Amino acid sequence: MTIALKDNPGWPRLAMMRHVNLAVVVFLALYVAIGLLQPNYFEPAGVMNFLRRAAPLAILAAGQVFVLVSGGFDLSVGSLVTLTVIGGSMLTANDPSNTWWAIGVLYCIGLAVGLINGAVVAYLRTPSIIATLGTLLSVNGVAMMWSGGSPRGYLPENFRMFGRFVFHDVPLVKIFPLGVLVLAVVAVLAWWGLHATVFGRKVFAIGDNARASQLAGVRVDAVRIAAFVISAMAAVTAGIMLGGFGGVSVDVGLGLELQAIAACVVGGVQLMGGRGTVVGAISGALTLTALFTLLTLLGWPQPLKETAQGMILIIAVALGAWRRTRTG
Amino acid sequence: MTSAVETRSARTPRLSVNAPLLLLVVSIALYVVVAVATRQTMMLHVDGIVGLLQRMVGLGIVAIGQTFAIVAGSIDLSVANLISVAAVLASFIMQGRPEMMLPAVAAVLAISAVVGVVNGALISRLKVNPLIATLGVGLVLQGLLSASFTNFAGSVPAEFQAVAYGALGPAPYSVIGLFALALLASFVLRATKFGAHLYAVGGNAEGARLAGIRTGLVTVGAHVVCSLCAGLTGLYLASRLRSGAPWVGRDGVYDLESIAVVVIGGTLLAGGRGGVWGTLAGVLLFAALDASFNMLGVSAYPKLVLRGAIVIAAVAVYTFRSRDLVA
Repeated sequence: MTIALKDNPGWPRLAMMRHVNLAVVVFLALYVAIGLLQPNYFEPAGVMNFLRRAAPLAILAAGQVFVLVSGGFDLSVGSLVTLTVIGGSMLTANDPSNTWWAIGVLYCIGLAVGLINGAVVAYLRTPSIIATLGTLLSVNGVAMMWSGGSPRGYLPENFRMFGRFVFHDVPLVKIFPLGVLVLAVVAVLAWWGLHATVFGRKVFAIGDNARASQLAGVRVDAVRIAAFVISAMAAVTAGIMLGGFGGVSVDVGLGLELQAIAACVVGGVQLMGGRGTVVGAISGALTLTALFTLLTLLGWPQPLKETAQGMILIIAVALGAWRRTRTG
Repeated sequence: MTSAVETRSARTPRLSVNAPLLLLVVSIALYVVVAVATRQTMMLHVDGIVGLLQRMVGLGIVAIGQTFAIVAGSIDLSVANLISVAAVLASFIMQGRPEMMLPAVAAVLAISAVVGVVNGALISRLKVNPLIATLGVGLVLQGLLSASFTNFAGSVPAEFQAVAYGALGPAPYSVIGLFALALLASFVLRATKFGAHLYAVGGNAEGARLAGIRTGLVTVGAHVVCSLCAGLTGLYLASRLRSGAPWVGRDGVYDLESIAVVVIGGTLLAGGRGGVWGTLAGVLLFAALDASFNMLGVSAYPKLVLRGAIVIAAVAVYTFRSRDLVA
């Protein structure tokens, strides 16, 4: 194995490309189909708007990929998105001057949730699917308690800017939503963290074989906790953005955790750890968003989107499994 | 090194064997203490106890099925959606007519079995990760259901409502049914070849295969049992609500809660160890907590917060002494 690596240093990157390509190709095919139905999706403004709408899911996926590659799951992100939106509306109380410290507080809440998730898994040895299910329930409960159950209205305008603000008269693309800029920053940070740092190598190592990496001197617990914190921070970021998309409600984040995991899986991230890329996760999120957009354009009733999401999930994983058995 | 070996051998068996009993004691103690402390001693009379047991039925049935899936080293996230499908289908076919009861039940069980076969085949044939396979199947089911029905569909006749509301003396049929099902499930797990194969496949799938067990069939069997139990829960809910709506399963969070009670009951999430009585004890704990929160007047949202913390704490009781690394 090592010899093969030395003889042909190009192959890991090649394998990675081959892994990512599928989601990218499917995404491009779907996007072309969308463009054929609705030509303005081919214009720069159409592309930018599409990216803006895909951004929250893509950001969630970029955070989730750290936890998935480390071998766990983070089911709490959807409820953390809800808590972020509701918390934002409670903390700002319609006063724009409160926005900045409120965002700071929200990130602290995210940090706390991530630390709890990680600590429960690392120190109490509770499987993350159960641990984060517990935080899902609790965080949802906190959001409901905080808002009294039926929040309404909108966040202050400067809070909503991350989801809504658009730079006009930008050369080349004409409009450039702030949300796309946030997505780009998150994507670069996540790519750097997972693929260009020692920490990233450790995430892969503990996902591949936790015991072996422990014996090799990796502080497994610390790496695991950091992965959960990254995922939680991504969830707060996505929540802040979604707060700009619509009004405040208790179901903003509903089901987003599964969509984020689905996006990663479609992008070739392997469940139970050890394999995956940030590019894949984000392409997976774009693919899912493109699929939903296409189905809307085709006039499918809303619920059938779930059906389509289920099918694409199963197909993506079955294809991945089939490829692995074939290539070893 | 010696200490590691000792913890490992001391860790698993003893606690697992006593887990159902411990849970039972804790649940009963909690319920009694809260009832006495809040001076609601009528909750300790027959009616109160029966009410407590009735809280167990819906989650209990699906959790028994989930036990089979988890013991076999798999997991089923499609149960909540299948419950909705079963409830809606039952009340839609019955349309309030008693003579349609039998066809409706037969149709629900047949569809449940098919869903189980599909789940099992995706996992064992196409090698799809069980979480994703059953999540995907659940999404497919829910999408089709919500696209076809948007509200309560049809209704069940009075005769069928007896399933949830009828009683034999003080004991409701539903509670008797739950314990009969638990007995049957426990017999299958402990005393049949299929049961032994479930544990073998869950404990070490490759070893079981080398020993000549057809592991694929065992996985399919486990999922058929799990889906049939979800179908039964759907029928029970249709009877209790007098009709079925496409959100009854999801509202009950039956997928995640059934997994939680199975694990709380001492069944290893990785498979190969556990049993039905532990699961029922886990269900009792949830029912006792619910009843206690009600007696204490805890409102819905703090209840949610506490429930999340309790899920973690209950599972951590088993796991925190372990030295294995988990993800």
